[in-house]
Amino acid sequence: MLSNEVKDKLISIVTKANFDDSKMERLVYSYDATPNFQSMPDAIVSPRNTEEVSAILKICNQYGVPIVPRGSGTNLCAGTCPTEGGVVLLFKHMNQILEIDEENLTITVQPGVITLDLINAIEAKGLFYPPDPSSMKISTIGGNINENSGGLRGLKYGVTRDYVIALEAVLPNGDIIRTGGKLAKDVAGYDLTRLFVGSEGTLVVITEATLKLIPMPETRKTMLALYQDLSAAARSVSKIIANKIIPTTLEFLDQATLKVVEDFAQIGLPTDVQAVLLIEQDGPPEVVERDIEKIAEVCKQEDAVSIQIAATEDEAMALRTARRAALSAVARLAPTTILEDATVPRSEIANMVKAINEITEKYQLTICTFGHAGDGNLHPTCATDARNHEEMERVEKAFAEIFEKAIELGGTITGEHGVGAMKAPYLEWKLKKEGISAMMGIKQAFDPNNIMNPGKVFAKDSKKRVVITR
Amino acid sequence: MTTLLEQEKIQQQFKERMNEDELLNCMRCGFCLPTCPTYIESGYKESHSPRGRIAMMKAVVDGIVEPDEDFERSLELCLGCRACEPVCPSGVNYGHLLEEARDIINQNKKHSLPVRAVRKTVFEGLFPHQNRMRTMVGLLGFYQRSGIQTLARKTGYLGLLPDNLATMEKVLPKVPTMKEMKNRPEHLPSLSEKVHKVAFFSGCLMDTMFMKTNDSTMKLLQLAGCDIVIPKQQTCCGALHGHSGEKDSAKELAKRNIAAFEDLGADFIITNAGGCGAFLVDYDHLLKDDPVWHERAVAFKEKIKDISEILVAVSFHKKVKLELPPQVITYQDSCHLRNVMKTASAPRTLLGAIKGVQFKEMKEADRCCGSAGIYNIVESEMSMVMLDYKMVQAKATHATTIVTANPGCLLQMQLGIEREGLSGKMRGVHIVDLLAEAVK
Repeated sequence: MLSNEVKDKLISIVTKANFDDSKMERLVYSYDATPNFQSMPDAIVSPRNTEEVSAILKICNQYGVPIVPRGSGTNLCAGTCPTEGGVVLLFKHMNQILEIDEENLTITVQPGVITLDLINAIEAKGLFYPPDPSSMKISTIGGNINENSGGLRGLKYGVTRDYVIALEAVLPNGDIIRTGGKLAKDVAGYDLTRLFVGSEGTLVVITEATLKLIPMPETRKTMLALYQDLSAAARSVSKIIANKIIPTTLEFLDQATLKVVEDFAQIGLPTDVQAVLLIEQDGPPEVVERDIEKIAEVCKQEDAVSIQIAATEDEAMALRTARRAALSAVARLAPTTILEDATVPRSEIANMVKAINEITEKYQLTICTFGHAGDGNLHPTCATDARNHEEMERVEKAFAEIFEKAIELGGTITGEHGVGAMKAPYLEWKLKKEGISAMMGIKQAFDPNNIMNPGKVFAKDSKKRVVITR
Repeated sequence: MTTLLEQEKIQQQFKERMNEDELLNCMRCGFCLPTCPTYIESGYKESHSPRGRIAMMKAVVDGIVEPDEDFERSLELCLGCRACEPVCPSGVNYGHLLEEARDIINQNKKHSLPVRAVRKTVFEGLFPHQNRMRTMVGLLGFYQRSGIQTLARKTGYLGLLPDNLATMEKVLPKVPTMKEMKNRPEHLPSLSEKVHKVAFFSGCLMDTMFMKTNDSTMKLLQLAGCDIVIPKQQTCCGALHGHSGEKDSAKELAKRNIAAFEDLGADFIITNAGGCGAFLVDYDHLLKDDPVWHERAVAFKEKIKDISEILVAVSFHKKVKLELPPQVITYQDSCHLRNVMKTASAPRTLLGAIKGVQFKEMKEADRCCGSAGIYNIVESEMSMVMLDYKMVQAKATHATTIVTANPGCLLQMQLGIEREGLSGKMRGVHIVDLLAEAVK
């Protein structure tokens, strides 16, 4: 609980209307989209500008009150679950698009802007902001920056990190700093912009961001390739890129996913095939045409059993249905859905999918795998029931083995969801002790009193590494 | 005020009655948030979102929080538009959770005396009795025709009513006489080659206040090749009861309707009100705990079809010539027709087939207009916020006709037109009335 003294001070900054500590309000900010994480904050505070954020941080720093910045709470790593209580910071007032600069091709926004609103605003001007996390209809830019969100277009266009060029941020001591600028080149000192992107609210509170934009691609074309053999699909992925073609989208669905998608959506997908690739290319029409032809040729050479190329936008929509329905289909199998994002170099996709299938078999679970094959970012998704504690233990063991395997193949425990509280116990597997302590040093330099989203990224205890006996 | 004792009883019943699987199905992904009108209009308050409401219900079941005033307020402010359901990856039946929660609260809460009296009159005394509905609407007709209306308007007596109720009084349709209301035949023959035998669910309000719309519906069905049977034993669908926490009354009405329709040998049961239709297709859920009635409810629900769906299915718009004077029209979805009955393209197909009119889609036609049953009366402030937003979108299309598919939405649109001072320049009309007008 906050002391009356802290409460009064916070109210004097934001006014009563923007401070809430009623039970129901605290309850509805006790969770995000991560299964099995819930913890009540002490209060919810909605600042109206950077100066108020600064004043709030000063108070919290002085009294040692945890601060959890929160967008729409759609992250999948328990990054905004207030595991140590404290103040949840909302950005519902700081949600303005401040400027679209068509000369420098940038947009400057406050953190509470909804990702899709930003995209709509710039697409109206023929510009393009590629990061497209699947929650973009409601996720905020502040959330995207703090989690360094990815999306389907990561292979060709990169992720949020690649578009953030300047930030305004408030340090825990209340100092307001500006990093970067509307600049393609800027080597003045440490690259704090990059450091803050993906820092999950553990270092600073971001209060403004300038994002890089690019011209809108002229056209887009969509195709689907079906495979009887997993490694043939994986080989196609590598070979397309070896042919010096970088598609916008190169999505993968395994047989388990296909079966549940077909059960759910009944769109006539063949369920006897082992894998499906959804491929899209964008750019000038003649380039797109040439690339898609070439890709189709590669897929054929690699034994695709069927290839469909969409002739119209309606047909393209139909081809995308399978991938878009994947999460819904798996989520309907059981009450609890655990969506992971182990990532490997794309040359290791086939090995990773095989390993996931073996692990699923070993622990007798339902895990469907789909994801962004082009950048090696897979989403093994487990349909389970949080009430079944025995099964939940098996789920945890299975995912531990999946993380271990991903690291063994040169990959990582999380490609785009973040570490948060959920993956914190596994972070050391990826970074080693020395890596953790280097990061810890940075954390302490910015936040010596550990008020910034405490309990995230750094775990109190690391998980013991699993020994794979196979 | 809910007393502590009442809170305890509510909490206990939440534990006993709320469907735990359904509550757990919500994986809190937040995909419902951008579709929720109260989340948006409350300034992105999680406590006024479907995800927040489900989390609160679950926390009450789990005993983490008590069902306090804030909780009740959040459930009251929900429109029940169910726009959150089609976008939910896990397929959570939010509407069912809401109905159950409201029923529990209502059954365990002592309403104030005037509220109790009004609820009893409306839910038990009026809607289930078609003869009383007719009398009631008949009185309205007397009011409209006798000169009292003119007098009431001139004397400023109506100024004593809250703003939107006074406006509402103006937009009520010219109702039929008692005699007209009683003379509904039980059978009507197809007027072209017979393709289906259908039963018609006439509805309580639709068959009194909106009788003209029911007449148009009959005419279209007859032209489309349907023999129609209109069973006299049918009654109000019970939606109003179900949505207001009067589940037991809703069950009784459901049983009467199932019995009235089941032995008619009809291919389909046709409705022309999205709100009723959506409640009718949910009868199997309403009666889920009663094995015999549940089975009968499943057979019943499988025959329910909105008028637009059947007209498209029998190619009415290709067989019958439809033409109107040049005008721009737009369509406002009925939330329950779209989100529960999944009828969204059929009305648009029909409207697009009318020669002479230009159909212009308004932005966010799928967003609730704020009518939502009796919401525009009990939550008029939020309802008017939603309506004003809706009118901005409607006006942007430059349409002179706003088409709807549900009586509540229709009245709300007319209210919106009146509020904007556009009467005479813009009109609200039920889709079947427009189609009937367009039949050459």
